[in-house]
Amino acid sequence: MINIGLGHYLTLGAIIFTIGVIGIFLNRKNIIVILMSIELILLAVNINLVAFSIYLNDLSGQVFTLFILTVAAAEAAIGLAIIVVYFRNSGTIRVEEIDRLKG
Amino acid sequence: MIAHAIFFYTFSTIAIVSAIMVTASKNTVHSVFFLILDFISISCLFIMIGAEFLGMIMLIVYVGAVAVLFLFVVMMLNVTQQKNQWFSSAYSSKHIPIGLIISTIIFFELIIVIGGWKYKPELLNNLDYSVNNEISNTHALGQILYTDYIHIFQISGMILLIAMIGAIVLTFRQRSGVKKQSYFKQISRERSEGIEIINVESNKGIKIDD
Repeated sequence: MINIGLGHYLTLGAIIFTIGVIGIFLNRKNIIVILMSIELILLAVNINLVAFSIYLNDLSGQVFTLFILTVAAAEAAIGLAIIVVYFRNSGTIRVEEIDRLKG
Repeated sequence: MIAHAIFFYTFSTIAIVSAIMVTASKNTVHSVFFLILDFISISCLFIMIGAEFLGMIMLIVYVGAVAVLFLFVVMMLNVTQQKNQWFSSAYSSKHIPIGLIISTIIFFELIIVIGGWKYKPELLNNLDYSVNNEISNTHALGQILYTDYIHIFQISGMILLIAMIGAIVLTFRQRSGVKKQSYFKQISRERSEGIEIINVESNKGIKIDD
């Protein structure tokens, strides 16, 4: 327990990943919370990459984390723009009321 | 070593609790605040294990930009006043058990994977970018980011540009009946069509049509 190794960080990443997945599955609120859950999932992936990079003494994991960060920022901007447009057209972003596709 | 353990458990507990609160809190603004707390504690973890550049970038990009963007959108859309339900409506209770079961299965699969893997023996000898302890983390990252990964770096810049254009195009709204400056008309106006020289006869005046 005292010696913090790679497994601890991977477990932390797994826990945060699962919390993000649960947030997507069980969300009854608005879509913004789903976007935040996606950010949590990307954060868990970043934890895994950085932990491997540190414990393997190899820098490429951190480089890929940098690119994931870029993509996550772009994804958040586009997703929020889509949400703004949807709210302007339909007046709601609650998950239950977005049922045009009848899924 | 003990300090490392203490800091790891503190920060990871804060991160996990705030991640739970992101999905569980009823108010969306509170969710954004807990998301910020989560990012800050994870970036503290990154700084602690030696990836200090990524920790700082995480603070700047996520806390400074993305979370504030979320906050702006939440406040602009006024969604906090919609009543948020959590496990309460009859419609939604159907897929909660299945969602929980699937998430638990995902978690245990991840735990099994974490518990039972090994490095390939030849991998450890063939690392491409092994860490040089004489230069700082930022220096080392810059040395490989701008040389070997330069194309991917440029492409990620293009991705950001496209995302910016896309966000602007998506939310752009043309309103009718608003008087605006037309820069193109303003700039392309010339002297020949702007003014006209009229010879006015004395004591008669002229008639201007406009």
